[in-house]
Amino acid sequence: MSSVPHRFAPVQRLLHWLMALCIITMLFIGVGMVSTVTPEYLPLILIHKTLGVALLVLVLVRLALRLHLGAPPLPADLPPAIKLGARLSHLLLYGLMIVMPLLGLGMLWAAAYPVVLYGGIEIPALLPQSDRVHTLLWNTHVYLGLAFFALVLLHLAAALFHALVRRDGVFATISPLPQRERMKPTE
Amino acid sequence: MNQPGRPERSSLGWLILIAAVLGGSAAAFAYTAGWLAPGRLTPDRMIAALTPPSGPPLGHRRNHAKGICFTGMFEANGNGVELSRAKVLVQGRYPVLGRFNLGTADPNAVDATVRVRGMGLQISAADGEEWRMAMINPPVFAVSTPEAFHDLLVAAGKKDPEAMKAFTRANPEFASFAAWSKAAPWTGSYAEEPYNSLNSFVFTNAKGDERAVRWSLVPTAEPTSIAQAELEKRGPDFLEREITARVQSAPQRWTMITTLADPGDPTADPSRAWPENRRKVQVGTLVVQRIEPERDGPCRDINFDPTVLPQGIRVSDDPFPAARSSVYRKSYDLRAAEASDYPRGEVAKP
Ligand code: HEM
Ligand code: HEM
Ligand code: HEM
Repeated sequence: MSSVPHRFAPVQRLLHWLMALCIITMLFIGVGMVSTVTPEYLPLILIHKTLGVALLVLVLVRLALRLHLGAPPLPADLPPAIKLGARLSHLLLYGLMIVMPLLGLGMLWAAAYPVVLYGGIEIPALLPQSDRVHTLLWNTHVYLGLAFFALVLLHLAAALFHALVRRDGVFATISPLPQRERMKPTE
Repeated sequence: MNQPGRPERSSLGWLILIAAVLGGSAAAFAYTAGWLAPGRLTPDRMIAALTPPSGPPLGHRRNHAKGICFTGMFEANGNGVELSRAKVLVQGRYPVLGRFNLGTADPNAVDATVRVRGMGLQISAADGEEWRMAMINPPVFAVSTPEAFHDLLVAAGKKDPEAMKAFTRANPEFASFAAWSKAAPWTGSYAEEPYNSLNSFVFTNAKGDERAVRWSLVPTAEPTSIAQAELEKRGPDFLEREITARVQSAPQRWTMITTLADPGDPTADPSRAWPENRRKVQVGTLVVQRIEPERDGPCRDINFDPTVLPQGIRVSDDPFPAARSSVYRKSYDLRAAEASDYPRGEVAKP
C-alpha cells in the first residue's frame, strides 16, 4: 500500500456494522431458540441457519476487502501490549466469523439433518452422519458461541473506551457516520 | 487524545457508563438464554421430565427409546397431488426408512407393558428432499399443549396419586386418551396398528390452495385383539421378534390416508378428533420390506423430527411440531454424545 488509509473504506465500515448487527442477532437467536419449545422455535432456527450462511459469504467478502484495502494504523501512543491485544482480538473475531457458520453447517450434516434455508434453498451435505463428529462440532459451536459473545463484549468495551475515554480517533476509523474529521486538528 | 486537565470525574463517569452497557448486554443475553427464567419451559426441562427415576437411557432416545428399524417403499398413487405439491405424492415409488417403537423412555421395557406404539418414518424424493414424521397408534393425543404434556409427565412421575387427579382436573381433555388407553384392544403386532400424525399440517398444492390435514397409516393386516395378560407371556421383546419374522415372510403394508379439516376444526389441538365425516384422500401405500435391529440399523442415528417437511407441506397452528422439533433435537444431541454407552455391534453390516 502506498498511502496508509485514515479510516476504513466506506464499504468496510458498512460491512462492519451490518455484520455486527447480524452477529449480535445470531448470538441472541442462538441461545434463545435452544431454550424454547414455543412455535417461535421454527422461524428462529430458520433465520439462524439462513443468516448464518449469509454471514459466511459476507465475511469472505470482508476479508478479501481487508487484504486488498488494508486498515488505518492504531494511534502511535497506544502501548504495544494493547496494540497486540487489539490485533489478536480482531484476528479472533475474524476467525469466529468464519468458523461459527462452518461448525453450524457441519453439525447439521453430521446429524443427517437436511439443511434447508429460507426460501427452500437446500445446502447439500458435505459430511456423512457421525455421532462423534456431530458431538464435537455441536460442543464447539455451543462453547465458541458463548466465547464469541464474551469477545464481542470485550470489543465493545474497548471501542467505547477509545471513543469516550481516550478519544483517540480509533472509533472514527470505523464510525458509521460521515466524519467531520477535517475540522478536527487530530493526530 | 485525552485532553490535559480534563477532570478525572468525567472519565470515571464514562467508565461507569461502559460498565453499565456491558452489564446490560450480558443480562439481556442471559435473559434470552433463559438463565434468569427458571420457570420457562425449555427442551432441557422437558427432557428432565421424561427421564425415569432410574436415570436417563444413555445413548438412546429420551422417549420412544425402544424400537427396531425398517426399510421399504412408499408407493404414491398420485391422488395427493391435488392437495400438495410435495414430490413424494406424485405417482411413483420412493424409498423409506423407518422405526417401529414403543412410547416409553425405557429401552429395555417389556413390550406388553407399553400402551402406545409408534412409527418414525422418512420418505425421500428422487432429489433427496425428505419428509420425516413420527406417529402413534392412539386416535388422539393425551393433551392439548406442550405445557400440559410437561405437566402430565411430572404428575405421572409422582408417587402421590393425588398428582394425577389434580392433573386430570386441570386438563379435562386427557379423558379421551385415557378412555382409549383403558378400552382399546391390544394387538400382537406392530403390523396390526394404525399410526396417526395427530398433529395437523398444512398442504399446499401447485395452485397455492392450502388445506389443514392430518394423516394416518392404516394397516392392511387385520388386527386381532389379544388380552394384555396373554401378550405378557410372549416374552419381553415379542413385538420385535414378531415383526422380523412377519416381514421376512412377506412385506407389510399400510394405506396412507389424509383427512382434510373443515374451517373451524380444531387444527391446533391434537387431543381433539375431527368429525368422522371429513373428506379423506388415500395418497399411497407404505410397504415395509426389511427389518433390522436398531443397534446397527439405519434408523438409529436419524431424528424423525416432524418438522422436516418437503416443499408443499408446512406446519399449521398446532403448537406441537415446533415443541417436538426443539426437544427431539436436544434428545438427539444427548444420545449422539452418549453413543459409547450404546456401542454398535462388532461386525459391520455388509
Ligand atoms: C458482533 C459484533 C462485532 C464484530 C464481529 C466486530 C468485528 C470487528 C473486527 C474484525 C474489526 C477489525 C477490523 C480490521 O482490522 O480489519 C473491528 C474493528 C472495530 N470495531 Fe468492531 N465488531 C463488532 C461490533 C462492534 C461494536 C458494537 C463496536 C462499537 C460500539 C465496534 C467498534 C469497532 C471499532 C472502533 C473498530 C476499529 C478498530 C481499529 O481501528 O483497529 N465493533 N470490529
Ligand atoms: C455467525 C454465525 C453463528 C453464530 C454466532 C451462531 C451462534 C449460535 C449460538 C450462540 C447457539 C446457541 C448455543 C447454545 O447455547 O446451546 C447456536 C446454536 C445453533 N446453531 Fe448457530 N451460530 C452461527 C451459525 C450457524 C449456522 C450457519 C448454522 C446452520 C446452518 C447454525 C446452526 C445452529 C444450530 C442447529 C444450533 C442448535 C444447536 C443444538 O443445541 O442442537 N448456526 N448458534
Ligand atoms: C411436546 C410433546 C412431545 C414431546 C416432548 C416428545 C418427546 C419425544 C422425544 C424426546 C423423542 C425422542 C426423539 C429422538 O431422540 O429422536 C420422541 C420420539 C417420538 N415421539 Fe414424541 N414427543 C411429543 C409429542 C409427540 C406426539 C404428538 C407424537 C405423535 C403424534 C409423538 C410420537 C413420537 C414417536 C413416534 C417417536 C419415535 C420416533 C423415532 O422412532 O425416532 N410424540 N418424542
